[in-house]
Amino acid sequence: MIKSLAYSITFHSIMILLTVLSLPFMLREPIELPPIVSVELIQISDKTNIPYAPKARKIIEENKKKEEDRVVSEQAPPAAKAKEKPDRIPLPNEKKEEKKIVKKKQNPEEIKPEIRQSSEFEKKEIIDTNQIAALIDKAKEVEAVQEKESNKVTQSSKKNSFATGLTLSEEDALRAQIFGCWSVPLGLPYDQNLLVRIKLQLKKDGTIMKSEILDHERMNRPGQKFYKVLAESALRAVRLCQPLKVPPTGYDKWKDLQLNFNPTEMLKG
Amino acid sequence: MKKILYILIINTLLSVKSYALIEIDITRGNLDPLPIAVSPLHVDIKSEEFENIKVRELGNKISQIIENNFKNTGLFNPLKKEAFVQKPDIAHLKPRFEDWRLIKAQALVTGKILVKNEKLKVEFRLWDLTAAQEMTALAFTTTPSNWRRVAHIISDKIYERLTGENGYFDTRIIYVAESGPKNQRVKKLAIMDQDGSNTKYLTLGNELVLTPRFNPTNQMVTYMSYFRNMPRVYLLDIETGTQEVVGNFPGMTFAPRFSPDGKKIIMSFAKEGNSDIYTMDLESRIVERITEHSSIDTSPSFSPDGKFIAFNSDRSGLQQIYVMRSDGTNVKRITFGKGIYGTPVWSPRGDLIAFTKMHKGRFFIGVMRTDGTGERLLTENYYQEAPSWSPNGRVLVFYRETKAGTKGEGFSAKLWSIDITGYNERRLSTKTDASDPSWSSLLSK
Repeated sequence: MIKSLAYSITFHSIMILLTVLSLPFMLREPIELPPIVSVELIQISDKTNIPYAPKARKIIEENKKKEEDRVVSEQAPPAAKAKEKPDRIPLPNEKKEEKKIVKKKQNPEEIKPEIRQSSEFEKKEIIDTNQIAALIDKAKEVEAVQEKESNKVTQSSKKNSFATGLTLSEEDALRAQIFGCWSVPLGLPYDQNLLVRIKLQLKKDGTIMKSEILDHERMNRPGQKFYKVLAESALRAVRLCQPLKVPPTGYDKWKDLQLNFNPTEMLKG
Repeated sequence: MKKILYILIINTLLSVKSYALIEIDITRGNLDPLPIAVSPLHVDIKSEEFENIKVRELGNKISQIIENNFKNTGLFNPLKKEAFVQKPDIAHLKPRFEDWRLIKAQALVTGKILVKNEKLKVEFRLWDLTAAQEMTALAFTTTPSNWRRVAHIISDKIYERLTGENGYFDTRIIYVAESGPKNQRVKKLAIMDQDGSNTKYLTLGNELVLTPRFNPTNQMVTYMSYFRNMPRVYLLDIETGTQEVVGNFPGMTFAPRFSPDGKKIIMSFAKEGNSDIYTMDLESRIVERITEHSSIDTSPSFSPDGKFIAFNSDRSGLQQIYVMRSDGTNVKRITFGKGIYGTPVWSPRGDLIAFTKMHKGRFFIGVMRTDGTGERLLTENYYQEAPSWSPNGRVLVFYRETKAGTKGEGFSAKLWSIDITGYNERRLSTKTDASDPSWSSLLSK
């Protein structure tokens, strides 16, 4: 009797202790949090976002223009060029592209200088595209900096996203983006568990800092070859998609993101 | 007590943590073919020419075969070589990933060929361009005349690595090559690579041949041929060309097929006008009766584990598909749809049965689960039948005939293939008209 009473008391006191201990986790911002966040509230947050979005966009565009001038001169790394030169060996295929019919008959060896020229030209093109990509990245970074400022203004939305993660529309935008990037391998056995969980650490511009397959030990298990293929395809999708369409605010909330890929329904249907 | 305490603390901490992490479910993706770049294989300068094979051209030819294989699957989109920005030899050492990504490729195949001491060495690498890393790399050494097979084996390895299922490129298809007018058809047994090359004729065409089928090792073929106007089941060794009649039965024998272990032949056999299903042990030549029913039972096909047999029967009136245990017990009808069902073939994966269905004068090729549920009709036409599975259970090959005029004009019979999803229907190129195809298993296991 006394024993069980002692058990009961210790157990109860542990429960109380735990509750007290865990409370600080739950109540980081206890006063500002609404008790229940309903779906309607999410829509309201969308509306409250709207007035600030055009402003932010303007600022971003201005910054982009500024960045363009700066970045172009910054880019064109000499090291990369030096590396590429020895690699550049005449490509028979490039010839075809430029001088369609006549070139086909020629020997690759005979026209090395011409090809060099053409590859130089192409190189420039390549660099240009890289620069553009870099530009976009930079612009996004600026965007992120701007967000910090705008965070102050859009506090109401921050509250919502804190409670529910992303708003529905933000989540949908991200989901739709990844749908487009994910080439689902068709040879998967749909009667098996096909859930791939990928944990991402994102930068403020939506590019990926770190990606991790959560059940990666399953990839090397015998008979789970398909799982490796699936996991790789999911990882490829995320990488292809970056920068991810993340909301402009609430970086702390979405910097760690988990994507659960599961093609079962799609393959069955 | 301590344990409980620890568990409780860990649970509480975990629950708090998972609450904080945003999770998004991705349940859909696109089914667009995967863009893949197959770079021509780099040919080593020291390589010697070998007999009739121009080694220098092999690099291009092998990459072309790989590319064709991928294109035909419908799952890949091989990019045009004109867009490639890196030379084969350098790409094979270390591709500039950003250059290849620029042409929207997600995977890259590079390779190298070397002929030395009368041996052909082909190595290849598969690169994941988005992750900027090598996915697989293998090298094969063989006699130079085998270069086509090497190309197919490489295709299989890449397919396997990218889709997670086995490939089906290093395989052959045996079929009945047809020529001549419709009422005087010459039918010969022919065998070709799955991509239509290397066609060889195995019989002369003096007698009609029908329904050839490979054994599991692809060494033997069983088929039906007419001898004095009487259909008989034959066995043919592909390598040696020797053939023999399977048993000496008084009646007609039909639709032979090997058991999954290759030790038996299952066929239907008409005795006193009643057709039933029999197996024959190839070693002991002992014949065993499997069905015993007054109806016509034909077209038997074993499940890959050898435990079940699917077959046609008209025991319920119209011809339908039935499944039974391999000893003939527990017969169950599995098709109940409108029309006539026939030619059931068990998938090598064991999950589906392919069949031909006739309804309102049209012919359908379809698949269903082994219990008869989930029937899906993949293709409809004027006349088509005899589906045969690719060894990975993803593609079906069958033949289709066109309608002939009153004098037999306009008639043709061709081989077609279709993915089990119902997509990617395409005609297989054969030198002559063709019917009754049978797909081999993978030649290199």
